[in-house]
Amino acid sequence: MVTQSQPRIRVILYGIAAAAAAVGLAEATYLTVLFLTGETAVCGGSPDCFQVLGSSYSKIKGIPVSAFGAIAYFSAFSCATFAAFGYIRARKFFALAVWAMFAATLWFLYVQAFLLHAYCRYCLFSAALIFLLAGIVVASPASE
Amino acid sequence: MKRYFPFVIVALVALLVVGGGAMLYRAKRPPVLTMSKDTTSAKENDSGHIRGNPKAAVTLEEFGDYECPPCGKVSGPIKKLEEEYGDKLRVIFHHYPLIVHQHARDAAQAAEAAGLQGHFWEMHDLLYREQAVWTKTPGVRELFNSYAGLIGLDLERFKRDIDGSQVKARIEADQNEAKKVGVTATPTVFINNRAVSTATEDPAKPLRAAIDEALKAPKIDNS
Repeated sequence: MVTQSQPRIRVILYGIAAAAAAVGLAEATYLTVLFLTGETAVCGGSPDCFQVLGSSYSKIKGIPVSAFGAIAYFSAFSCATFAAFGYIRARKFFALAVWAMFAATLWFLYVQAFLLHAYCRYCLFSAALIFLLAGIVVASPASE
Repeated sequence: MKRYFPFVIVALVALLVVGGGAMLYRAKRPPVLTMSKDTTSAKENDSGHIRGNPKAAVTLEEFGDYECPPCGKVSGPIKKLEEEYGDKLRVIFHHYPLIVHQHARDAAQAAEAAGLQGHFWEMHDLLYREQAVWTKTPGVRELFNSYAGLIGLDLERFKRDIDGSQVKARIEADQNEAKKVGVTATPTVFINNRAVSTATEDPAKPLRAAIDEALKAPKIDNS
């Protein structure tokens, strides 16, 4: 049996995590579409945003980082959903996905602060979501 | 039944993301803009500044905003292309200052005021080159005055002209031109009346390809 009954608090925490990951997924998808249509360059008129999303750090071999972000958020969303429904293994995968995203977030914050000297509001929002997810991983009760 | 819930939720969200992404892409995809020949002949009288050989085989036409970072990014490559193609290429610039940019209209007025003294392109190049500086300066008008001095303008006349009706009318004519053609973003660049996307890492690449293609095509009368 892969599922088990679990504390209500855990269901709530993973529910929140799934919702946060879904928001991040929507944002990453939006940024990927902007990249594909060339609108990243416009960035709503924000020079800092253009400086970050138009920089060489915003893509890996021509693929926008936001596309990788969308995949990561989707993984986190799926794992959190399964974990909320009591799938035990999903908790481990969720934690793995979140820590990987956390490491990537630290790197991108470093790039914005020290290499580009410009902050993109989309990236900061995404960072906030990932900090929230990391907080949930830390706060969720340990397995019985 | 409850066991299948997470699968259903994940599948639904995946569908929603793919479908929503595709719809957003279709909505945001830039339309293929073309300019009619009639529009070209009209604008040369009413709006737009021309640099290069008036009889050049290829016309590069930009609708730009001096405060827009991508416009700044594309200005260098355009200048290089002008040097590279010489008499084969002429460049036309139209103002399209966006409302979201605080000083874009002031900058357009500064360029036009310089134009009244026959120094439009010097101011144009200076505004793009110094974009990172003046866009972050609160006293932008004073900086423009110093630019005017730098390129040898009559400063008193420049200060008068910058808010003059002639300058404003010219910018409005450019904006009307943009509306007529369907321009909604900056920079919008046309090569022989066909829009070319410059939203790439190296904007010179698509521009060069379009210029080369235009040079190979049967000759178009630009006069």
